[in-house]
Amino acid sequence: MIAGGLAGLARLVSGATGRWVGCRPEPRQRIYFANHTSHLDFVVLWATLPPTLRRLTRPVAAEDYWGAGLRHYVITRVFDGVLVPRGSGRAAERSAQVDAARRTVERVAAALGREHSLIIFPEGTRGPGPEVAPFKSGLYHLCALRPDVELVPVYLENLNRILPKGELLPVPFLSSVTFGVPIRVGAEESKAAFLERARAAVTALRRP
Amino acid sequence: MSLIVDRQLVELFAGILLTLLVASAAGFALSRRVRSDAGRATVENLNARIRAWWVMAAVFAVAVLSGRIGAVMLFALLSLLALREFITLTPTRRADHRALLGSFFVAVPVQYYLVATEWYGLFSVLIPVYAFLFIPTSSAVAGDTDGFLGRVAEIQWGLMVCVYCVSHAPGLLMLRIPGYEGQNAKLLLFLVLVVQASDVLQYVWGKLFGRHRIAPRVSPSKTWEGFVGGIVCASLIGGALWWATPFRPWQAMALSLAITLSGFAGGLTMSAIKRDRGVKDYGAAIAGHGGILDRIDSICFAAPVFFHLTRYFFTP
Repeated sequence: MIAGGLAGLARLVSGATGRWVGCRPEPRQRIYFANHTSHLDFVVLWATLPPTLRRLTRPVAAEDYWGAGLRHYVITRVFDGVLVPRGSGRAAERSAQVDAARRTVERVAAALGREHSLIIFPEGTRGPGPEVAPFKSGLYHLCALRPDVELVPVYLENLNRILPKGELLPVPFLSSVTFGVPIRVGAEESKAAFLERARAAVTALRRP
Repeated sequence: MSLIVDRQLVELFAGILLTLLVASAAGFALSRRVRSDAGRATVENLNARIRAWWVMAAVFAVAVLSGRIGAVMLFALLSLLALREFITLTPTRRADHRALLGSFFVAVPVQYYLVATEWYGLFSVLIPVYAFLFIPTSSAVAGDTDGFLGRVAEIQWGLMVCVYCVSHAPGLLMLRIPGYEGQNAKLLLFLVLVVQASDVLQYVWGKLFGRHRIAPRVSPSKTWEGFVGGIVCASLIGGALWWATPFRPWQAMALSLAITLSGFAGGLTMSAIKRDRGVKDYGAAIAGHGGILDRIDSICFAAPVFFHLTRYFFTP
């Protein structure tokens, strides 16, 4: 019930409409991957899903932000979120990092289970505006572990204007959540090529 | 909340009810007769509009019959939703965040608080003076100068149209017209009826007889035939409603003409903004009509004109 109320509140604040242009809201396992510009992102994406899908869809969130206190309670209890450590991105301690990254991907893949879907922001951090930063490689490795799961590109429009990075109060712009055509990793496709294609699939949903 | 029991008010609403019944019956008859696909789409859209009219009429009736507070709350909400649709289409930047917060959460509630408390002096200058000066200051303090004047002007324009202009509709409740005390709800209803009748009749005349477009690049559906037919008919209807107003028949008709002409100007202007931004509608809040702003665009322009004409000629 808390979840239903939160979804309603998120839709009210964000004025979000879901635009299913590339696929239908079907009950199948999916990874929704989207551009990331605001703290509202995953809540709004989640809120525009129909209630039956919402219950089975888990956000993947950064441990350093959501790991403690009230945030931790909300993300784990209300949203059934999957907490992951964010990579530092530095070259030092490379092998240790690669190991940690592999464990993270395995944990996220395990979170899919037999019926769950995930919400992922492959940019890894919130960007300032409509541009979409290069994707981290986790998405690629996740697909290698679970090739059966559909990858749905999602473009979140205007959420950065509602609540930009560093602001406390939201301005009630209208926003939209656009779901595109699902993609898969090609048989011969390299990691870099796939990540660039996935990113292009998200930016292609941006309205002119 | 005090329930206004005014016989003429009830009669006006009964008239609206009757009109909607006739419209629904006509819509139903058309849906049975139409054969072609294009015709079916037009009739389906027409019936969606009529269904939405029922909802809008019901909401408006509840608001007006519940007295001043109901009407003020309804128009405050409409302003908020319209401003939301308007600002969504403007290219604001992060530096405008505080100016926007001020517009939504200070300017709107305060403006309607002033309507509710009948503080005319501040009501008429809050947005044109204080908000006008606050918005550029706030954006300048934030330090982003890219497209500064354009950004600031568009926020100011949104506030003027969606909040200041619209607030003049419930603002009619403030006017003290000798011999008409306590009856101003009918004045508000008169304005809304004439504006909406004009919109609907322009649409109907345009659909039936429209040949010559007024400004094809701005609005493909606005024709000279629709304009003349709609404005003349709506002005006659307004004149025929003189018994519910403080006006004589010819005055009611002249004021209706002013209302319909400014309403037309509002519709055309707001369409020009939509074309510039490359959108068809301001939103999707009302089925068949588009957004809130698509429905109230003519009220935005008609309300302040009707308010000031009435204030100038009919209050001491």
